[in-house]
Amino acid sequence: MSFFNQQVSETHIRLKDRLWLYIISIIVLFLLIVPSLIVIPMSFSGSQYLEFPPKNWSFRWYENYFSSGQVGMGFNDWIGATWTSIKVAVLTIFVATPIGTMAAYGLINSGNRVRNILFPVMISPMMIPVILVAIGLFYFYVQFKMVNSILGLVLGHSLVAMPLVLIIVLSALKNYDMNQEKVARSLGASRIRAFFEITLPQIKFSIISASLISFLTSFDEVIISLFVAGGDNSTITRAMFLALRDQIDPTIAAISTILIIISTSLLILVQLFGTKKD
Amino acid sequence: MATVGAHLNEEALKRLDRQERFNLFGLTLPYLGLVSILIIIPIGWLFYMSFIGRDGTLSFENYTRMLDSKAYIRIFITTFKISFLTTLICALIGYPLTYFMSQLPKKWAGICMIGVLIPFWTSLLVRTYAWLVLLQKKGLLNNLLLDFQIIAEPIKFVHNTSGTLIGMAHIMLPFLILPLYANMRSIDKDCVRAAASLGATPSRAFWTVFFPLSIPGLLAGLLIVFVLCLGFYVTPAVLGGGRVIMAAMKISSNIELYFSWGAASALGVVLLVVTMAILFIASRLVSIDQISTRG
Repeated sequence: MSFFNQQVSETHIRLKDRLWLYIISIIVLFLLIVPSLIVIPMSFSGSQYLEFPPKNWSFRWYENYFSSGQVGMGFNDWIGATWTSIKVAVLTIFVATPIGTMAAYGLINSGNRVRNILFPVMISPMMIPVILVAIGLFYFYVQFKMVNSILGLVLGHSLVAMPLVLIIVLSALKNYDMNQEKVARSLGASRIRAFFEITLPQIKFSIISASLISFLTSFDEVIISLFVAGGDNSTITRAMFLALRDQIDPTIAAISTILIIISTSLLILVQLFGTKKD
Repeated sequence: MATVGAHLNEEALKRLDRQERFNLFGLTLPYLGLVSILIIIPIGWLFYMSFIGRDGTLSFENYTRMLDSKAYIRIFITTFKISFLTTLICALIGYPLTYFMSQLPKKWAGICMIGVLIPFWTSLLVRTYAWLVLLQKKGLLNNLLLDFQIIAEPIKFVHNTSGTLIGMAHIMLPFLILPLYANMRSIDKDCVRAAASLGATPSRAFWTVFFPLSIPGLLAGLLIVFVLCLGFYVTPAVLGGGRVIMAAMKISSNIELYFSWGAASALGVVLLVVTMAILFIASRLVSIDQISTRG
């Protein structure tokens, strides 16, 4: 019993008095993690009904994914959709990261008043319900014949990724001493050279994190893709959503597993770069 | 002579300073340009469309029709009800967990934090799908309950309100935990210690000292969850099985199925105004940095 009577805080709370808190917390943590990961074992199930634990194991849903031909339902095959998603996500990095970084640099060097007005406008794509951004974009793209185009998707995804880049780079710049650039410039470097040789190396890990997060944001985006992508340029998330509304296709478990592996490895990279001292 | 020279110098410096500030401001222009063209103009156009009637003239017809229609009133009620209940569930299960994490040593809290971040970064669609599989008639939950003979017949957990609430609470929980955790970590532990040394029981110390200090973080979390719920689309569309219709889904079906831009935009304007009003109140109460997490 001494285990349960030990003090767990400095305010004389015994473990047994707080046991309920530990139990609730562990249950909630369990409920948070398990539904995110349970599709992984299920995707190796051999049966049509996804059971857990699977009675027999197989790769059939992976085979189904890799060998998929036309799936119908208004989108190209799974593999084609995956390539579209990867293409769009990579391009989103190259649009959102430089534009977001430039804006963060401009914002940090401008006056407080300007910053207080511009910042809410700049993070508005994150605050406005995505469905409104999506139908707004849809309307806009219809006028310029950009519906179902890669460019349209990249711009739409960049719009949601840019605020994240802005916030990440801005917080890195807040911890950075701008006087270092002044020193470089007093020694004769141009502002641009000072930025690339002095500032950039010191905030590069934040910029790398920001670009990984841009990739992930684009890769996971559903609603904008649903409206502005279609035909041969359907993304994997759009294809999944359309398939989910109709039936529970176990192939989606295999695709989900692949998506989990991608996002977890990116998250690990972000953590690695994030903990490095910028 | 010297003073005049210094004065000229000062002028030139000021001009240079202004010039530089202007150039730096220019760096934000690509960003602002994209946001203006792709967000502000289309949304401005939505506002305009919402005031155009069927015959193409200016009118409030879209709004009056919305207020007269029972279907729309039901959608508003559903949207608020689901958002409110999801927020409530998140608060009830998120607060104890966050409190637990904030009391742990940093290293252990970091490990628990992984448990919060894994779902946060797992695709929303994957998690929605997982719940669909877990909660369906032949799903894991029903099988477990049947095996332990807690129930005799499979319960319908999904394609209804309860399934939607479970899925949404799971997706929203990290948005509550993250700001709340940051807030709880910043609470000075000496305050609780002081209360205890003055004779407060642990629960009194918690309710009179710790809890009031955690309110800003809780509020930030509740507001972000509520606002995100209001505009939610994917999870209710999949887990609600067509029985739970929220505002975002109605907007989408108005456009996809009926090409009814007037009705869709009026509903969109209402959704936007409500969201902005809540965010405005939120920004008065808590710093905007706390609200801006991954949306």
